[in-house]
Amino acid sequence: MGDWKTITVPALTSASKNTSQNTSEKMSPSSLNMQQVLHSPLPLSKSVHSFFSAFCTEENIEQSISYLNRELTTLGFPSLYADYNDKELNVVSVLNCMNELLVLQRKNLRAQEEVEMQHLKLGSDMDHLQNCYAKVKEQLEASRREIVGLQERDRQQQSKNRNLHQLLKNEKDEVQKLQNIIASRATQYNHDMKRKEREYNKLKERLHQLVMNKKDKKIAMDVLNYVGRVDGKRGAWRTGKTEARNEEEMYKVLLGGYEQRQKQLLVENAELKKVLQQMKKEMISLLPPQKQKPKERTEDGIGAVLSDMEEDAVELNKENMWELSCETVREQLTNSIRKQWRMLKNHVEKLDNQVSRAHSGVLSDKDVISREDHELETEKLELEIHQCKEMIKTQQQLLQQQLMSPCDDDTSVLLQDCYLLEERERLQEEWKLFREQKKNFERERRSFTEAAIRLGLERKAFEEDRGAWLKQQFLSMTLDHKNHEHVKTQSAFSGNSDPDNQLMNFRSRQKKPHCLPSVPTSEEFCQKIQYIPHKSSSNAVLNKTTEDSKPKQWKGINKTETE
Amino acid sequence: MNFSEVFKLSSLLCRFSPDGKYLASCVQYRLIVRDVNNLQILQLYTCLDQIQYIEWSSDSLFILCAMYKRGIVQVWSLEQPDWHCKIDEGSAGLVASCWSPDGRHILNTTEFHLRITVWSLCTKSVSYIKYPKACQHGIAFTKDGRYMALAERRDCKDFISLFVCSDWQLLRHFDTDTQDLAGIEWAPNGCVLAVWDTCLEYKILLYSLDGRLLSTYCAYEWSLGIKSVAWSPSSQFLAIGSYDEKVRILNHVTWKQIIEFEHPTTIANPKIVVYKEVEKSPRVETENLAFPPAKAQASSLFSTQSKYDISQIPVSLQYVKPVADRANPRIGIGMLAFSPDNCFLATKNDNIPNVIWIWDVQKLKLFVVLEQLCAVQLFQWDPRQSRLAICTGNSKVYLWSPAGCVSVKVPMEGDFQVLSLCWHSKGDSMALLSKDNFCMCYLEREEVK
Repeated sequence: MGDWKTITVPALTSASKNTSQNTSEKMSPSSLNMQQVLHSPLPLSKSVHSFFSAFCTEENIEQSISYLNRELTTLGFPSLYADYNDKELNVVSVLNCMNELLVLQRKNLRAQEEVEMQHLKLGSDMDHLQNCYAKVKEQLEASRREIVGLQERDRQQQSKNRNLHQLLKNEKDEVQKLQNIIASRATQYNHDMKRKEREYNKLKERLHQLVMNKKDKKIAMDVLNYVGRVDGKRGAWRTGKTEARNEEEMYKVLLGGYEQRQKQLLVENAELKKVLQQMKKEMISLLPPQKQKPKERTEDGIGAVLSDMEEDAVELNKENMWELSCETVREQLTNSIRKQWRMLKNHVEKLDNQVSRAHSGVLSDKDVISREDHELETEKLELEIHQCKEMIKTQQQLLQQQLMSPCDDDTSVLLQDCYLLEERERLQEEWKLFREQKKNFERERRSFTEAAIRLGLERKAFEEDRGAWLKQQFLSMTLDHKNHEHVKTQSAFSGNSDPDNQLMNFRSRQKKPHCLPSVPTSEEFCQKIQYIPHKSSSNAVLNKTTEDSKPKQWKGINKTETE
Repeated sequence: MNFSEVFKLSSLLCRFSPDGKYLASCVQYRLIVRDVNNLQILQLYTCLDQIQYIEWSSDSLFILCAMYKRGIVQVWSLEQPDWHCKIDEGSAGLVASCWSPDGRHILNTTEFHLRITVWSLCTKSVSYIKYPKACQHGIAFTKDGRYMALAERRDCKDFISLFVCSDWQLLRHFDTDTQDLAGIEWAPNGCVLAVWDTCLEYKILLYSLDGRLLSTYCAYEWSLGIKSVAWSPSSQFLAIGSYDEKVRILNHVTWKQIIEFEHPTTIANPKIVVYKEVEKSPRVETENLAFPPAKAQASSLFSTQSKYDISQIPVSLQYVKPVADRANPRIGIGMLAFSPDNCFLATKNDNIPNVIWIWDVQKLKLFVVLEQLCAVQLFQWDPRQSRLAICTGNSKVYLWSPAGCVSVKVPMEGDFQVLSLCWHSKGDSMALLSKDNFCMCYLEREEVK
């Protein structure tokens, strides 16, 4: 808009000038007056003075006054004369009239100015709108043209499409036709070929008769003496027996081929079985924590031992049955593998979940760290320990050197101070860290003890339950068969200890994530405690080791300073 | 690599005996048997006419020489030089002759494939087999020599007859579901017979020894079909080369296609090694040139050295556009052969005639491409290991092994254009055949490994 304004301003101003001129000509009362004055029959002096001077001269004062008075009264002003009859000029009223006229004039001027401004504004608006209109019109025209073009193109495309469709159809027809032609030609060709072949066969037959039946003397073998067969035997007569023997031998060859193939397959099978077995073993070895937990959940003491024994027996059986490739074994094998595979999958999924949780920063303390992570961590820590040790050693050496070298006291003291300050700061930081670690450690220990207590409680509850159940069982047994009570209870346990059942239980338990708050056995508990330092950030261990391996004197200083 | 001197030869007839002790070669109507070790002439037989075909018997005791023009076969014994045998087919004519696997019978095919005559060297007996089919691979013996399969044509239908070679008794006779049977080939284990149809239809049928149809395979319809077929030495794979420039490999369990090897003109996979034969002409010193040049000098002047370069991938291969309006177009897989250890498959696409493709059978992938300067005439695997000998009709012989490849010029005076070659059964030497000469090429032991 700014641009447009700047462009159009000069034109506008010129226009407004014109209009203003026009309006001034038309509207200004002075000019009106002037015209009236011009038309008036009053004599006009030819001097180049203002109009007023020309209007009023010494001679025509009276007439002028009376004229003015008349005019003013018609315009609604008070009379210029003091008295109507009296031809005496009332100066006050004249002045008032003049003043009012001047005020009026000023007002008129202002109004004119305003009107002019508005006119200007309206003119520019008009211009703008006209421009806009022109533009829009142009656009409209263009879009109309575009629409027409598009319609035209669309029409063309449609016709093209129609043509293409037609072509495609034609082509398809052509293809069909060609295929038919090919087929018909092929049949014709085959037919002709057969005819020719028949003819050819006839000719051959004829030729055969002609050539062979003439007792052609030339067809002969001229041999010095007959040679023996490769195997040294004489040729056997052709009998039914030889035919049977040939058949037999053929089947032998075939059988041999199949046997060889079977052998190959067997070898392949055995290798695959080996791989499977190894895989199974590896899977089992991978899965012990999962397997142990459910077992201990389901039964303790004698039951667990029994189930173990039974499972071992089953395993042993399986080992023996490996070689028998009967269907039941296969089924068992595939089932067990499938189960283990599922377990492994669950495990992996769980680990994945853990990892994702760890990434989101909610890694709980009780989560089990996977072995690789653990090893990696320990490796890293060991490396750090090593580095730290080396650093300490060098520091020690430097210190010793410092102490040994007898330099001037001031500098040495200064240096020592420097070192001490630096060292102190560092140690303080380390101490802080260590404190934090300790706190963490204590928190963890507390949680573990809590868990242990919970476990104890649970175990106790379970024991009680079991006692009650046993009692009940015992009572019922004694009631029914007093003789077989012991066996029965055992069998009841052993029935429960079926490995597959265990697995089932285990799986069902696994599905509920918080049903089992990882109640560790005493061994596991120990392990977990051992894990803790590895789990806590590497700094803790580092600090500990550095602390341990630090020379005594430094420790002392450290303590005093921290205290 | 050493070369023997040059010996005369006609019609590329030069064969090692199956036991590897002798070398038979023909010069016009003379048959010369040499000791393989020192190339000294052991026997010299004179036939009645120019020899057109020779074949050793399986026990290396006899050699048959066929003179098709005269309709005569002459058999010579190595043990008894004065023993002779002449078989005359008379007016029936002769188009093919071969030994039976036992080396005591000769099968002669008469003109127009009227019949096959089985002549016995042990007894006076003569047997006839009627209606043999006139095709390229119409007779096939199992590797153990027990059975013979013969393609027959009766009443415009194809049949297969299986004979027991020991007494020529017919074991099985069955018709095949083919339009116009083109060839038969036994699997090396002798249990499966591959039968393929004419090139107008892509169809291959697999029959068991007892005549049961095991499977039928058809890759596509309408266009030209099978051009070449090869069994792997383990009978595990059947490679089928066809006119669509592809090799398809069938497995021996389901007889379904395992993989399809295409032979594109551009090779873009950087894992494939492309060996390109390049010529490097010897520097000619103009001052030393005499006019007219000495013979030896001239030959050395015009013979160029060549070597293999490893081309930068991608490579685009020289492609010969086949003439569309001719019969038997030079397109498709015309030659294919498995290496004796089953590890590699060498193929040649006839419309890229300068190139040999070597496929890794274990990985089922293209392994190496050899781009020669001239069109490949023949390639043959070393019978003992994965080593391929190639001749391209020039004076060089080319060897490829997984370790690399070499180009060796045959150091002979004059022009010795290697048109064909045959390996000794031990794989330590081979005979290089040109139009009129042959020489032995000995490979050093170090190379064998």
